[in-house]
Amino acid sequence: MGNSASNLPLATSEGLPTGVQEARTYAHASKPVRTEPAYVRVLLTIIALGFLALFIGLPLVIVFVEALKRGWLAYVSALIEPDALEAIRLTLIVAAISVVANLIFGLVAAWAIAKFEFPGRSLLITLIDLPFSVSPVVAGLVFVLLFGSQGLFASQLQAWDIQIIFALPGIVLATIFVTFPFVARELIPLMQQQGTAEEEAAVSLGAGGLSTFFRVTLPNVKWALLYGVLLCNARAMGEFGAVSVVSGHIRGLTNTMPLHIEILYNEYQFVASFAVASLLALLALVTLVAKTILEHRLAEDDK
Amino acid sequence: MSIEVVGVTKRFKSFTALDNVSLTINSGELVALLGPSGSGKTTLLRIIAGLEWPDSGEVRFDGQDALSRSVRERNVGFVFQHYALFRHMTVFENVAFGLRVRKGKAKLPEAAIQAKVNELLSLVQIDWLADRYPAQLSGGQRQRVALARALAISPQVLLLDEPFGALDAKVRKELRRWLRQLHEELPVTSVLVTHDQEEALELADRVVVMGHGRIEQVGTPGEVYDHPATAFVHDFIGETISLPGEVRGGDLYLNEKSLGLDAQGLGDGPARIFARPHDVELHDPAGTPFRGKVLAVRTFGPTRRADVEIAGEKGNVVVEAAVPLDRTLGVGEEVGLLPRRYKVFPAANR
Repeated sequence: MGNSASNLPLATSEGLPTGVQEARTYAHASKPVRTEPAYVRVLLTIIALGFLALFIGLPLVIVFVEALKRGWLAYVSALIEPDALEAIRLTLIVAAISVVANLIFGLVAAWAIAKFEFPGRSLLITLIDLPFSVSPVVAGLVFVLLFGSQGLFASQLQAWDIQIIFALPGIVLATIFVTFPFVARELIPLMQQQGTAEEEAAVSLGAGGLSTFFRVTLPNVKWALLYGVLLCNARAMGEFGAVSVVSGHIRGLTNTMPLHIEILYNEYQFVASFAVASLLALLALVTLVAKTILEHRLAEDDK
Repeated sequence: MSIEVVGVTKRFKSFTALDNVSLTINSGELVALLGPSGSGKTTLLRIIAGLEWPDSGEVRFDGQDALSRSVRERNVGFVFQHYALFRHMTVFENVAFGLRVRKGKAKLPEAAIQAKVNELLSLVQIDWLADRYPAQLSGGQRQRVALARALAISPQVLLLDEPFGALDAKVRKELRRWLRQLHEELPVTSVLVTHDQEEALELADRVVVMGHGRIEQVGTPGEVYDHPATAFVHDFIGETISLPGEVRGGDLYLNEKSLGLDAQGLGDGPARIFARPHDVELHDPAGTPFRGKVLAVRTFGPTRRADVEIAGEKGNVVVEAAVPLDRTLGVGEEVGLLPRRYKVFPAANR
């Protein structure tokens, strides 16, 4: 066995020379592996950035340019006009209610889906995604068919004198429906990935159900939860289709900001229309910044 | 505190994880549940903890029914396989958790909590890591935090699920010794689940070998290794050579030839002869019960092994035999195998 190696000339003693050669090859290949020539890379970058500028950057700029066309005075007066203020107020109320509702629902649904096995679990997962696949207009129509004056529950609602369609409850319902998946979808994968071991540890250490939830489960998903809430809020404030169907467009009463913007635009009040639109655009920018910060936090949580 | 498990059965859908398992663990003992994956050892541990409930059977702590109590009320320290440390809490807060969630009279003042946690952290030798988060710790350090956290509630029973499973070999060995020492200092009744026989044999006072949801043997590490009760235990613990044979009237036969080996009181029928590799000697083919052709010879460290092909009743069998370092053995050579110490088990049991 051992004698075969000693018969060989010393220079080719196994391993070392090939190892050195390999190291040299690696040194040569130290620049990043890219096969595309420079012009292709530049071209691709220009196309991507150009597309972004044209379809996203430019419209955003135009919103602000149009809004400020007649100066700050016209801009501000368009915003403090009573109907506009009422639309802003309504939008804030609707968003506040639907975000809180979906926060609670999303958290509970994600918790149930990720941490427990129960019959109907996969159905629930599918249902959570439904609002993403249904057109918002259809969603609005469903509520009209259910609660409208010719709807399924019309007689009961009339008997109790409850107005849902063309009123705040309808708008809230439609908004909740449309923004329903945001929180839950953000939480489910994270909670599933985290598993139930930490909860089991907490319980084995003597923690009760609520204590476990608030000390272990919730803190573990807090950034994802906030992220979901942020997206949910952005959508709730900007929702047009579903709200448009159920609101009835009553000025100063059931007009949310997006609906108000449309009405102003159709009346050729461009400055006023863009002034209100600029608020929504600002909201979008704030959301973007907050989203970026949260994504950093989320990445740290995942570690 | 002593633990009694009586006739526990647990099924997951059609899979029987535990099949009528009974076991008594004495107070202050360190017992290892040893078995391959799927043998039911973790399920048994989780049932003792109260994280899982049996379909039938009883669990008693010091003679008192434990199944009527939830995991919260059983006062068991559980060390999870992947530690399950609270990722958003510092090491200190992780250990303090069990004390902080106490309510009413049991609640300790902050100063007492601090003192207790610091004491535990120095016991597991990681007091300098108190302000770190779990993500900033090495595997061995996390293991120590998990142990300190479990000990914080002054448990009457300590349950450890594959405590060293995720560690590299060197750290594993160190921690094993350390855990044994810790057990001498704090004689809490401890149950350890492992698939690593070396770990079980080195650490435990008694080893419970499990397979297919049943307990195969309970005994001291020496007993299980030297006197395996079943073919499963022999095969699972230590290295095993399995040779074919058949019992006929108290004698062992292979291919109609008497092997000249003792059937050890086994009834007629197909049998397997189990031996440790170092208990099987290589001889000249003439006059030994088994003979075969050498297929390959391997050397690793101080040991040499040969793959020997033996003609069995149903086709050829390849066994791995120990080769003394002073014996030269060529591939293709005919050798005889003579088991010095062996156990005979019915073949159907395999």
